[in-house]
Amino acid sequence: MTVQTTDVLVIGSGFGGAIPAYYLAAGGARVTVLERGPRAAAADFTHSMRLGTYNKIVDVIQGDGVAVVAGNCVGGGSVVYFAASLRAPSFVFERHGSLGRRLWPAALTRAALDPWYDRVEEALPVTRTDWPDVSYAGGVLAAACRRAGHTCNPVPVAVDTSACTNCNWMLSGCRFDAKRSLLLNYLPAAEAHGADIRPLHEAQTVTPSPLSGYRYAVGYTVLDPDDYSCTAQAGVIHAKVVVVAAGAVGTPVILQRSALLLGGIPAAVGRYFSGNGDRVSVADIVEDKARTLLGLSRPDGSAYLGLPVGRPITAATYDHLDPTAPEYSRFTLQQIYFPPLTNLLAQAAGSPAWFGVEKRNMRARWRSWLTLLAMTEDDNEGTFGVVPLTGSFTRLAPGLGQGTMTYHPTSRTRGAWDRADTALRDILEKDGLSRVRPWSEGVADTVTAHPLGSARIGDDPATSALTDGHELRGHSGLFVTDGAAVPTSLTVNPSLTIAALAERSVATIVTRTADAGVALRRGVPLPGR
Amino acid sequence: MTGPDRRSVLKALVATLAALSVGGLDSPVAAASASESWTTQTLEAFADTLIPGQRRFPGDVVVAGAVTGPGAVQAGAIGLLASPELPVAPLLPAIAALLDARAVAYAALRLIWLPPTRPPFVGLSFADRTALVGGLFDPDDLDRPIWQVMSLLVGLAFDTAGQQDTVEALGQGHPGLAWLRFPEPDPDGLWRFPDFSYGRPLAVPHPNTTASGSPA
Ligand SMILES: Cc1cc2nc3c(=O)[nH]c(=O)nc-3n(C[C@H](O)[C@H](O)[C@H](O)COP(=O)(O)OP(=O)(O)OC[C@H]3O[C@@H](n4cnc5c(N)ncnc54)[C@H](O)[C@@H]3O)c2cc1C
Repeated sequence: MTVQTTDVLVIGSGFGGAIPAYYLAAGGARVTVLERGPRAAAADFTHSMRLGTYNKIVDVIQGDGVAVVAGNCVGGGSVVYFAASLRAPSFVFERHGSLGRRLWPAALTRAALDPWYDRVEEALPVTRTDWPDVSYAGGVLAAACRRAGHTCNPVPVAVDTSACTNCNWMLSGCRFDAKRSLLLNYLPAAEAHGADIRPLHEAQTVTPSPLSGYRYAVGYTVLDPDDYSCTAQAGVIHAKVVVVAAGAVGTPVILQRSALLLGGIPAAVGRYFSGNGDRVSVADIVEDKARTLLGLSRPDGSAYLGLPVGRPITAATYDHLDPTAPEYSRFTLQQIYFPPLTNLLAQAAGSPAWFGVEKRNMRARWRSWLTLLAMTEDDNEGTFGVVPLTGSFTRLAPGLGQGTMTYHPTSRTRGAWDRADTALRDILEKDGLSRVRPWSEGVADTVTAHPLGSARIGDDPATSALTDGHELRGHSGLFVTDGAAVPTSLTVNPSLTIAALAERSVATIVTRTADAGVALRRGVPLPGR
Repeated sequence: MTGPDRRSVLKALVATLAALSVGGLDSPVAAASASESWTTQTLEAFADTLIPGQRRFPGDVVVAGAVTGPGAVQAGAIGLLASPELPVAPLLPAIAALLDARAVAYAALRLIWLPPTRPPFVGLSFADRTALVGGLFDPDDLDRPIWQVMSLLVGLAFDTAGQQDTVEALGQGHPGLAWLRFPEPDPDGLWRFPDFSYGRPLAVPHPNTTASGSPA
């Protein structure tokens, strides 16, 4: 086996990985990115729900009590995500959680993060949307909010809305390159500066390097493009600095597997996992009521019937983000669309709730469904168990894995969900506009596409794995910059915050890389500038 | 089926699938005894319990005929389960046998007579199939993960025509997609919705909104 070396080795090419990869490469470091998933681009993204298409680039990982949806390709979650790009409200950074004291590092507030949010919004870029950009589904939520005495906002998105065809196939990747995924900004810019991105390379362990001048050695396996559970070859790369950004369900497992070899890791690795307080519901909208109560009508004569039309996320209400309200009572309510892959989970009237005759009848009204996402303040109650042999979970089939995380919601999290459910009902069931149908926990437990916090930043070594510079405590030059680092749920979609934190973390990574003798240019501009 | 056998099915689903490549499996689980037609009948009845459809022919006992119109069986659930792209196919006889074992236990407890000429699960009425399937999802049921995966796959057959390209499935009038009234693509097989918005203000935005549209 040839000995390979690099200055900076990045594990994972999502927000957490792509951003440092770009800055370090543009600064002059040799950068290698290991990405477990395949590489795909617009022409590969199909409008099809055939098994073997979308499930090559997105995974559902079933844990105990929680199922996580996550990207599995070059660009990570940014390729399959819905691109809602929101800043977390100020109060989030002041959260105490059940520990009873501030969880975010003292240096981090919303104001401190704002300049980094600015950068990401410019780099992707993020579009501020207006009412003509809001889909029929978002429009129903907005009109219902107004009728119930609430405000409602068009949601900013990392989408070129002039190129977007409102096809609603975002989970399959964007066929029209309207979505501003990392494939269009940070990653090509990193490659233009020489970064070596290796798809189908799954990192397994991080160990100390015996090579002089190198700190860490990362072991990886190469995956078969037709069957990710098969391994073709293995290798090791020695690096001066390592950035782990395998996502909040990937990063803690790599670190846990490496614990003994690294001489121990902080106890907070693999603990405090959060699902961002995500809670999905379906409102079954009564067509006549949408017309009479909300005054809505479409060119084809219907009032709504618009579930499959548009972008998956277009409108949200910020009315329940009162900074003075107690913790576990604040949330965003957002319109969202999932392809019918998840239809099974919506509950029908009567018993049994999620299958049988009534559920089939409800499916016949599928176009009248309005799917909604509440993002609440959860309790970071998830933990990671026994480390799987390879990767971050046991792969069962393309797109399906059995993970090691456990998530049993505490009464505080359940209380937060209940408050969001109640608010949703107040808005959407008013005067019989719809019946709100919760998600069926019996079939798939809690589902989240927003895993966070399994190796979080903080000031307290007992409850945070990373310093506020994203360095793993006790392991100089080993960083975590992805969703795993985010200390609490955010009450909004997390990608912009993950990206802003990654932007902010670059300064410390650059310093460590320079300490290791790599001459770096400073003041690197945004990608493409 | 006894306890350890069920656990081995679960293990087979959960652990050894990682080692399977498309096509070949030679495990003791795959060699479970039930005949192919009993396996198919049992799984069809299971799929029909989740998403019921009308009888395929007079005297159809596998599909219980709880409704008129299509259900999961008509939508191709068995084809999807048996698809070579999914590693569950070789385990289906064992899974069907497990469901039949549950049906025998269910019937015995309630003194329900099961006709010996049919798989036990098929011998149950629609109401009893429904009650039995509901119980499979008890949080502490040992086999719950099996039924979670199986239900997900049945749903994918009906709701997404997962065994087929979506454009092709729509062209052939796939019963599940037709039931949802899944929209048609443009002639090039891609979806575009030029009409997608009411196009007018429908609410007042929050007063504390940043320039980019985020909560302040
Ligand atoms: C369907 C969907 C819709 C979403 N919609 C939104 C939205 O609208 N707005 C929003 O803000 N957020 C959204 N999200 C969430 C958002 O995509 C994630 O929060 C974000 O991508 C997380 O970034 P990350 O860098 O932490 O991890 P990821 O983007 O998940 O990147 C991690 C990468 O590491 C790779 N990896 C994992 N293990 C290894 C390994 N061992 N070796 C090498 N590589 C590895 C993975 O394949 C992946 O590419 C959505 C997510 C999904 C799945």
